Amino acid sequence: MLDQTPMEVMERKALRINPLKTCQPVGALYAALGVRRCMPHSHGSQGCVSYHRTFLTRHFKEPAVASSSSFTEGASVFGGGSNLRSSVKNIFDLYDPDIIAVHTTCLSETIGDDLNSLILEMEIPDDKIVVHCNTPSYVGSHIHGHANMVAGFIRYLADKRAPKSDRVGLFPGFVNPGDIREFKRLLSLMDIDFITLPDQTGVLDGPMTGVYEMFPEGGTTIDDIRALGGVKLALAMGEFCSTEPALALKTKCKIDSLVMPLPMGVNLTDSFLMALSEISKKPIPKELEDERGRLIDLMLDANPYFHDRECAIFGDPDTVLGLTSLALELGLKPKYLVTGTPGEAFEKKGAALLESYGALAGAKVKAAGDLFELHQWIKNEPVDLLIGTSYGKQIAKAENIPFVRAGFPILDRYGHAYQALVGYEGALKLAVKIADAIMDRMDSDCADEDLELVM
Amino acid sequence: MAEVKTEILAKYKAKVFKSRKDHILEVDKSKEQIIAANTRAIPGIMTNRGCCYAGCKGVVLGPLKDTLVLTHGPIGCGFYSWGTRRNKARADADGSNYVQYCFSTDMQEPDIVFGGDNKLKKAIEEGFKLFNPKRIMICSTCPVGLIGDDIHAVAAWAESEFGVTCVAFSCEGYKGVSQSAGHHIANNGLMKRIIGTDDREYPAKFKVNLLGEYNIGGDGWETERILKKIGYGVVAVFTGDGALADIARSHKADLNLVQCHRSINYVAEMMKSAFGTNWLKVNFIGLKSIAQTLRNISEFFGDNQIKERTEAVLEEEMAAISGDLAHYRERLQGHKAAIFVGGSRSHHYQDLLRDYGVTTVLAGYEFGHRDDYEGRRVIPDIKEDADSKNIENLVIDKDLRYRAFLSPERADELKNAIGLENYEGMIRDMEDGTFVVDDLNHYETEAFVKFLKPDIFFSGIKDKYVIQKGGILSRQLHSYDYSGPYSGFKGSIIFGQDLTMGLYAPAWKLVKAPWKQKPISPNQEGESKEPTNSERLGEKDHA
Repeated sequence: MLDQTPMEVMERKALRINPLKTCQPVGALYAALGVRRCMPHSHGSQGCVSYHRTFLTRHFKEPAVASSSSFTEGASVFGGGSNLRSSVKNIFDLYDPDIIAVHTTCLSETIGDDLNSLILEMEIPDDKIVVHCNTPSYVGSHIHGHANMVAGFIRYLADKRAPKSDRVGLFPGFVNPGDIREFKRLLSLMDIDFITLPDQTGVLDGPMTGVYEMFPEGGTTIDDIRALGGVKLALAMGEFCSTEPALALKTKCKIDSLVMPLPMGVNLTDSFLMALSEISKKPIPKELEDERGRLIDLMLDANPYFHDRECAIFGDPDTVLGLTSLALELGLKPKYLVTGTPGEAFEKKGAALLESYGALAGAKVKAAGDLFELHQWIKNEPVDLLIGTSYGKQIAKAENIPFVRAGFPILDRYGHAYQALVGYEGALKLAVKIADAIMDRMDSDCADEDLELVM
Repeated sequence: MAEVKTEILAKYKAKVFKSRKDHILEVDKSKEQIIAANTRAIPGIMTNRGCCYAGCKGVVLGPLKDTLVLTHGPIGCGFYSWGTRRNKARADADGSNYVQYCFSTDMQEPDIVFGGDNKLKKAIEEGFKLFNPKRIMICSTCPVGLIGDDIHAVAAWAESEFGVTCVAFSCEGYKGVSQSAGHHIANNGLMKRIIGTDDREYPAKFKVNLLGEYNIGGDGWETERILKKIGYGVVAVFTGDGALADIARSHKADLNLVQCHRSINYVAEMMKSAFGTNWLKVNFIGLKSIAQTLRNISEFFGDNQIKERTEAVLEEEMAAISGDLAHYRERLQGHKAAIFVGGSRSHHYQDLLRDYGVTTVLAGYEFGHRDDYEGRRVIPDIKEDADSKNIENLVIDKDLRYRAFLSPERADELKNAIGLENYEGMIRDMEDGTFVVDDLNHYETEAFVKFLKPDIFFSGIKDKYVIQKGGILSRQLHSYDYSGPYSGFKGSIIFGQDLTMGLYAPAWKLVKAPWKQKPISPNQEGESKEPTNSERLGEKDHA
């Protein structure tokens, strides 16, 4: 496996090998699926949306609907306006969504289609809405695409004249429906009324009923997006995922946001809940304290198996930072932190996090990295554990390293989209998986006489 | 059944109706039936189709294991076509297996603004330093064509600079109307630059190439196993577990076996023109088809020993699977299937389903042309349109190495006897009253499921869960749901096993909560009267 990867690391300026990111549009598509009765629409050639639907379906094992402007060579030369107009008409005629959320592609961005004026000038039925965002594939990553789409919804729909409410906005970031469910549970337990944007629960973790619905009963309602203009505050989870939506809400409706890390592990969940408590002016309930207590209990019980094990953590920036925080709390030693998404902030925050545990020496933190380089690092200085997305499985196999899947995408295991990584519960479940992976390896590697029945 | 088509089309507004009506037909073999195919998808209508890049890089070039395939473009396209198509490959003798890697120039905004040629050169240089490949293929994505990067000039530069074989493919996603354009572009590049570049003889008496076999789930390996067992030498496979090193001397084969007609028929035709290599449409999916295919091949070579060997192998292989075959047939027969896959499988798998007593009520191609439906005889009648005109049609001259394996008389004879250099298309093998739908879309999938009530719908990942959520088993025929091989004798049994497993999964019976089946209170909401797949299955015995 990956036998051609040389040990010697050579600096590369142009060649990306085994990437750890993908392009903006898929993030926009995913975000748009979190709005009720919304058809995500890709303004480009149909191959893009085919790849994106495929990719999302492989992760969620759920339908991921989206349409395309189906550019031909002619449209690429003369502009895609007519394709977009036909698309919008056909989509409303045939699928009848309430809203179409258009995102661009490298194709339509390169030819310079002006979506603002195209949408302004097109005929849209009175009770229907078309919004858009720009997602050039040659800038940033899928994370930025998600952020841009959420911001797009806000720019078009959040209503600055919406009645001021006691509600709180929540931008959960590029996370699984399982995480969003956990966010909602935590906010409810803290007695906070909220609006989540986007909200893919019920859409990408829909129950099996024997009846297919193109637009299931899930997703943020358009009314709720409008009402975001009147919330008292928004919680923007994940600096990389949610700063853009926070800025959009501030610009459009003068509403402040609290940009916070994804609450993974104890410290970050503590801070999150304390922030909620500040907002609601209510104490953190015993139920959550008990959850916290159970997590700490497990961390102490299993500490010997975590202690000083070196690990590599890779995936999307906010997720990697959150997972690193948990890993450090468990007693693991994160040696390599890599995201494919560009952004110096990742490197600074990652390094600071490691530094706070005195774990920076000998560690590498890299944004805009790739799995090829991570593998080379591991070949030079191995780790005991990999934590990341499915794409890490090649390295895990090549180097025979225990591998815990977490993040996006998980293409090769089931049920991950249901499970939260955030909150004490998410941390508990992940800690168990990590301990299992480490201990399973100990069992399989040890001599017969060393096999411990009790551990 | 004619009302089914009318009812389905009725939901369309005038323009879409007009575009779609000729893509749907109910088979009536008493008539000459024409289907519309290989035309533009309709903007906004959810097609399953991909793009030109997907056909070129994703399908034809991606499986090459001895070649560094470099995507020139922003990151997405290269990323999505990495490791997702199940074209299995084992490392070469020299240890190279590029299939496990994804290479991209990961173009950024400045590259789009100022041009990406330099980054492409730099990427090739870095790739060369790291891997020392003998062959590099460059595939471009949408923006590359728009900003005018000259990837062909860069390829020429790379050849002189590094002494590698470097071929560029302008397969921008917007070209053509589907993956199909990309297949053609890939075929052209292989023909122009690779095929016939190595004149070393291949040491075998009966030499064949396997064309349009991408080794999904190991299909190609099972097919090769059978061919080799009979005594054929397989010079090159296009392109599953394939190597350009082999393709370079593929003109040394006597016969091209064409499995996937759509994606590779251009190479077959071009090799016939250039080198005189005959080609034969084969099908290694389905037991009767395999037997027919193997007999056709032996007839081509006309050698008594190989004919006898063919019969012996058929007997031996069939004997080995007959017990399993009967076992699964008992559980599968009487079911109804719909099939919607790319360009040839929708035809191939009907043969395998027939082996199990499963009837096909609907079949369609995602990116087929009229000849895939109606047979190659319609090719002269197919009108070029603005989209197909942009894909180069190579004019191939006779190569100096042209050699006819057959006498002209024998060639004529075999045209009739084994269908040499011909493909009769899918419709001919379908029953009257069944449906053929080209570029079946999301809405039509839902509608046909409602009308035809298949027990199983073979399709791809994008609609797998749409169908499954509606209570009908859906298995992917692009990826075999990570199972396979489905080709050959062994594959037939794995297919039967997978189908049985899917239809009889215990959870189907649990879909409806018991209180929904028998309302506890009279006011409880009743469900639809139509029995679901799970309920129908509930009446059948378990495997």
